[in-house]
Amino acid sequence: MKHNFMLLTVVSAVMSTQVVASDAKVPVNLPESKPGQYVHQAPTIDDLMADESVHPELRKVILKGYDLFMNTQQLRGEYVFNDMSCKTCHMGEGRMNWSGPVWPAATTLPDYRGKNKHVNSLEERIAGCFAYSMNGQPPAYGSDDMLALTAYHQWLAKSAPVYEKNISGRGFSHLGKQIPDDISYAKGEAVYAANCAICHGNDGAGQKKDGKVVFPPLWGDGAYNWGAGLTRVFTAASFIKNNMPLSKPGSLSDNDAWQVAWYINSQERPQDPRYTGDARATREQFIDFHKHTRYGTDVNGKVLGQHDNTGEKPFLKPSNLKPRTFE
Amino acid sequence: MLQRNGRLTLVGALLFSSALQAQGVAADGRQVVMQGDGSGAPCMACHGMDGAGNNAASFPRLAGLDADYIAKQMRDYNAGTRISAIMQPNVDNLSEQQILDVAAYYAEQAVPAAQAATGNEELLALGEKLANRGDWDQYIPACESCHGPDNQGVGSTFPGIAGQHGNYIRQQLHAWRSGARHNDPNQLMTGVAERLTEQQIEAVAAYLGSRQAVAAEGEQ
Ligand code: HEC
Ligand code: HEC
Repeated sequence: MKHNFMLLTVVSAVMSTQVVASDAKVPVNLPESKPGQYVHQAPTIDDLMADESVHPELRKVILKGYDLFMNTQQLRGEYVFNDMSCKTCHMGEGRMNWSGPVWPAATTLPDYRGKNKHVNSLEERIAGCFAYSMNGQPPAYGSDDMLALTAYHQWLAKSAPVYEKNISGRGFSHLGKQIPDDISYAKGEAVYAANCAICHGNDGAGQKKDGKVVFPPLWGDGAYNWGAGLTRVFTAASFIKNNMPLSKPGSLSDNDAWQVAWYINSQERPQDPRYTGDARATREQFIDFHKHTRYGTDVNGKVLGQHDNTGEKPFLKPSNLKPRTFE
Repeated sequence: MLQRNGRLTLVGALLFSSALQAQGVAADGRQVVMQGDGSGAPCMACHGMDGAGNNAASFPRLAGLDADYIAKQMRDYNAGTRISAIMQPNVDNLSEQQILDVAAYYAEQAVPAAQAATGNEELLALGEKLANRGDWDQYIPACESCHGPDNQGVGSTFPGIAGQHGNYIRQQLHAWRSGARHNDPNQLMTGVAERLTEQQIEAVAAYLGSRQAVAAEGEQ
């Protein structure tokens, strides 16, 4: 193994050859994994096709899950009410470290989740992204769609240790949770105009071609709702740092990533499904989550999230997001 | 407004762009395409009157591309952010209006029929994979994720590359790698181009070159 730190990039031990040279004009700058962390290399669809030990029927189900993950818009109007697909945030087919790889949910759940205060299964974790990130309604637990999605997640987890939680590149949080002191809407706006608007549009509404989403919206009716993980400024900052602009991971400074995350999360979006009728009160009720968002606070003279707009979704709360207790 | 071209008016150019913005006049562009800029060769010598270009010579197809995209490329040759010993002397005497006119003319031409695929099946399959799925382990997103569904282009920034000549695509990917072309907004192509292997460049060029192009239509 090489120890040349100029050859930054990815954890090269598990990467296939052809590491981007140090003189790259647009280097891929990703964080180093910490010593002792488990570094996973998720299998690809090509690996699946080549693996003869997989029963053909299972292969079909995993491929169905892959297809739903990559093009979740096929469920538009049924389970999805915004312009997102799973891969829109879990970039690189949900496989890539630092891009919110989804397989850890298959090896670390069931486990307790602070967001809904009970022990969650893999299906419930996926349901969470349907309810918030997709501004939708999760497919029924145990349904064909759910089975296909969980099968794809579990396939990606192939040979990862079960309940190992010290995982390299998991989630979006490596910049920490502390918002920098010099955070400002105006600075974020400038970063946005220079680096993001070309794809996501000046109005944050993204771009479509022939009715298909090419560049997803960052705010407005087509975007993730006020209960989504990305509304947390720190989550968005880490996502952006390691994934945006598309094809240029790590190119923004940490500070620019924070500023632009602050800016996009200062814009309106569909209501939090947990809304009580008052954004400030909802913020207080879910303060563990919303202390990291700008929801229910005064931004440019308006209380963010004080509205009844659920976007295209004809209801507020999905019926199958339920509390659970073993008392 | 100087706008006199019935077809352009039909597609709503006047409706959608600010009334003050200069418009290309395709009929005037036709003259320039035939006569050139006064000092160089006429456009038609390489790109053809129909804008079909020529794969063997790596002359790009211009027919059906987005007009603003075509115009920007000419300005970029003159600004030196896109270097071509052939193109630069041929466009350096064009006025801004003539640039817009030529762009409007070529954008209006019907796209030619797809060319027979070059390269074997394996190479084309690799090209298709790159175009539609990318190679994420090397941080190469699918071409489609910017160039849009079936790589037919998105707006004036992301040109249609399906049905572009394979030799030209290969040449441009090399130009980004060498820096001879650095007019890509936010260096969006540079990083991708330098991460591709030679084989991947061959493959994606062969695949895209074999696709049927669709005109950008009325996006100017
Ligand atoms: C708008 C962005 C967005 C979309 C779209 C999205 N997610 Fe997520 N997802 C997130 C965020 C943010 C997290 C939390 C990451 C963290 O913990 O830091 C997450 C976490 C997850 C996890 C848990 C990963 C882990 O490390 O345990 C799974 C599984 C998951 N998402 C599946 C999905 C599926 C399936 C879809 C499509 C139905 C989807 N997501 C759509 C943003 C999104
Ligand atoms: C070259 C075009 C491009 C640029 C520039 C770009 N993005 Fe993106 N962005 C995308 C695409 C495409 C996706 C979806 C990824 C996918 O589907 O593979 C995306 C996804 C996202 C998402 C998650 C999904 C959503 O819609 O919420 C966020 C947040 C985001 N981008 C923010 C930014 C920010 C902030 C910048 C500027 C620093 C930026 N992007 C620059 C193309 C771009």
